[in-house]
Amino acid sequence: MDKYTTLQYDVIIIGAGGSGLRAAIEASRNGAKTAIICKSLLGKAHTVMAEGGVAAALANLDDRDNWKVHFRDTMKGGKYLNHWRMAQLHAQEAPDRVNELEEWGAVFDRTQDGRILQRNFGGHTYPRLAHVGDRTGLELIRTLQDKGVHDGIDVYMEYTVRRILTSEGAVSGCLAYQRETGRFTIFNAKALVIATGGIGQCWDITSNSWEYTADGHALALWAGAQLLDMEFVQFHPTGMVWPPSVRGTLITEGVRGEGGVLKNSEGKRFMFNNVPEMYKGEFADTEEEANEWVKSVVANKIPKVRRPPELLTRDVVARAIRKEVLEGRGSPHGGVFLDIASRRPAAEIIRKLPSMYHQFKELADVDITKEPMEVGPTCHYMMGGVKVDPETQESTLTGLFAAGEVAAGLHGSNRLGGNSLSDLLVFGKRAGEYAAAFAKKMTDYPKVDPDQVNETVKGSKKPFEQTEGENPYSISEDLKKMMQDKVGIVRTESELKEALGELNKLRERANNVKVGGNVQFNPGWHLALDLRNMLDISEVVTKAALVRQESRGAHTREDFPGSDPEWGKVNLIAYLRGDAIEVEKVPLPIVPPELKELLKD
Amino acid sequence: MSNVTTLQIYRGDNESGEMVEYQVPRNPGMVVLDAVHKVQSIHSPDLAVRWNCKAGKCGSCSAEVNGKPKLMCMDRLNKYPDDATISIRPMKTFPIVKDLVCDVSWNYEVNKKIPAFKIRKGERKYYQYEADRVQEFRKCIECFLCQNVCHVLREHQLKDEFCGPRFLVRVAGLEMHPLDTEDRSELLKNELGVGLCNITKCCTEVCPESIAITDNAIIPLKERVVDRFFDPLGWIARKLFKKT
Repeated sequence: MDKYTTLQYDVIIIGAGGSGLRAAIEASRNGAKTAIICKSLLGKAHTVMAEGGVAAALANLDDRDNWKVHFRDTMKGGKYLNHWRMAQLHAQEAPDRVNELEEWGAVFDRTQDGRILQRNFGGHTYPRLAHVGDRTGLELIRTLQDKGVHDGIDVYMEYTVRRILTSEGAVSGCLAYQRETGRFTIFNAKALVIATGGIGQCWDITSNSWEYTADGHALALWAGAQLLDMEFVQFHPTGMVWPPSVRGTLITEGVRGEGGVLKNSEGKRFMFNNVPEMYKGEFADTEEEANEWVKSVVANKIPKVRRPPELLTRDVVARAIRKEVLEGRGSPHGGVFLDIASRRPAAEIIRKLPSMYHQFKELADVDITKEPMEVGPTCHYMMGGVKVDPETQESTLTGLFAAGEVAAGLHGSNRLGGNSLSDLLVFGKRAGEYAAAFAKKMTDYPKVDPDQVNETVKGSKKPFEQTEGENPYSISEDLKKMMQDKVGIVRTESELKEALGELNKLRERANNVKVGGNVQFNPGWHLALDLRNMLDISEVVTKAALVRQESRGAHTREDFPGSDPEWGKVNLIAYLRGDAIEVEKVPLPIVPPELKELLKD
Repeated sequence: MSNVTTLQIYRGDNESGEMVEYQVPRNPGMVVLDAVHKVQSIHSPDLAVRWNCKAGKCGSCSAEVNGKPKLMCMDRLNKYPDDATISIRPMKTFPIVKDLVCDVSWNYEVNKKIPAFKIRKGERKYYQYEADRVQEFRKCIECFLCQNVCHVLREHQLKDEFCGPRFLVRVAGLEMHPLDTEDRSELLKNELGVGLCNITKCCTEVCPESIAITDNAIIPLKERVVDRFFDPLGWIARKLFKKT
């Protein structure tokens, strides 16, 4: 073990997206010696891809908005599987977190009277998303990055964590390799915050960047922490479908928030026929009413009519699009049409949706101010993740905290657009604060177990020792295709069972994966290691999806098409027993009466 | 359209390396980064390249494609003739780590020198026309292509004296922020070396975000420094004729 460098910190944060940076700022501010470990260069994390905005009930455009309405919208969007306390804290604290970003230099779009502008989004009753055109995530990450630079936080860029180290049932740090040199470093820490984002690289059609290989989910599982709600994977309704090389790339919900409409090949706005029972009466019945709403919004007036059904929640819209395509009313390349060109003048489209305009022009030869976009569902967000305490974000493993996409509870079975960036800020801050407090209580650094280090280093180098074996890229491609086919947007028992069999075969192949070259900046080796995370977490998702015999939010079972009130009373947790992944029902936390009152329609 | 693309990719490190030729199958809509990924999956899994979002938003996959600085994820193959060989090299201004990956850590060190945003006390309202000016600079995705083509950095390697266009854009975003109260003109003149830019606009030409780096960021900053430190007559003249 002596051959490895050991670095000591009070708090180590794994991941440098929005939640990781926000956690680091808070930990450091609370006096903890803090470091961030991240897989990419600083400022490149997946948060930069967030487009539409950050949800916070600032009530700058509609003074009827407040935390209670935001709480209700979030719970309803999650089909009430959310942890009520997280949803409450999130709704209450998001406005402060957004205002704080402005204090740190973020430049949000402005209202006519000079305040932060907010836009409409799916599932939010009032215009609630503070935004910067369609590049809100970049603004958020750059603001936090530039703030963090001056806060004395050490950053270890292009390091990948392979194991959370434990000692006497609590965290003692983590083991990471530097991508450039391939050398391992021991990070000995009193508290760890996982902020690694999602798992979208397990699917073929995805809006997620290469980093989303389920790292944090797997690290937590392997270290003995519990995962929650793992059956809920969000497919965003609008990804690009053509050309093939950009299939899955995200098109912001902001297009619909700005008045864009969905049409099938017959030119019909099919969302009017797809309003679910629980949202009946809340959406426009006719095109006239929907158009009237857009007119009011564009004129900066409070609409007196109901909103267009294109602004239903993502689970609903994604399923409706899938149905249109399956029933033969799709676009030429297997999507539907999203039309903003006929709805808003070209100059406004370019101003409000600059990256969408640019993205289609450059990558698809489509001018979105003149013609409709072809869109279809794309794997986008993981509602499930590390089970955490709602106040402190501590996991079921002592000293291990989690925040952002990798943590679970806030979004229940389906996340509302805009609630992710606010999640990062609210719970990133909390995780940093409580991790620092946890570290402060400890006098000494916990001991690092040399066996854990040696075992992981040895296992990690195995792909170099294989004389025969497969290329990791082919295994990764097969995994993604399999998950897309069998554990996708609509699931059935037979396919899920087949998926478990396929995962076993893929795991066998992955055990014999062979990489060439040496340990220095070797993407083949990196992928060979990432594959282990992806395989285990794919299995957790598949097992949880198999257990939940109902359809709710993002989890749709063809063999159990309706929601079942009994299933509405439980969450699923997953954990390791020996080497086996176990899935188990746990009762939902009980919502206090005063909050229950808010959930009534 | 030919169904095969020929690439020549730099393989090696800062000391030695060579251009290696690969052939990969070609699909509709493919970009240069897709072709590089095909090389990894078919020929050479250890080919080093940085990338993240593959949508022009993160600025990780900067390289020199046929001699032109580009984001590989936004560079369509069908812009090149079917039978053309596409050469891909790492950015020249920075030391090469391996293959297409270079050491850009110098940029992160420069960033630390810039004093943070300092908000004014009291009223926080400001208007969209004020935000517009700053938002242009905040579009920067830190691809460092502007740093790569700036001849002060590329040919003269004056990294100790000049911060490069990226960080002048960053300072402009702070200095022109309607709520900021910090004064960075001394830093601009000395440590950041704004005077070393001689306005050849190479940076503006390569910016994938189309930021008017020279006209909207660097020239106004140069004027600030001049106003503050030099030439009182010039200062009066500019006030009188109001050319800006």
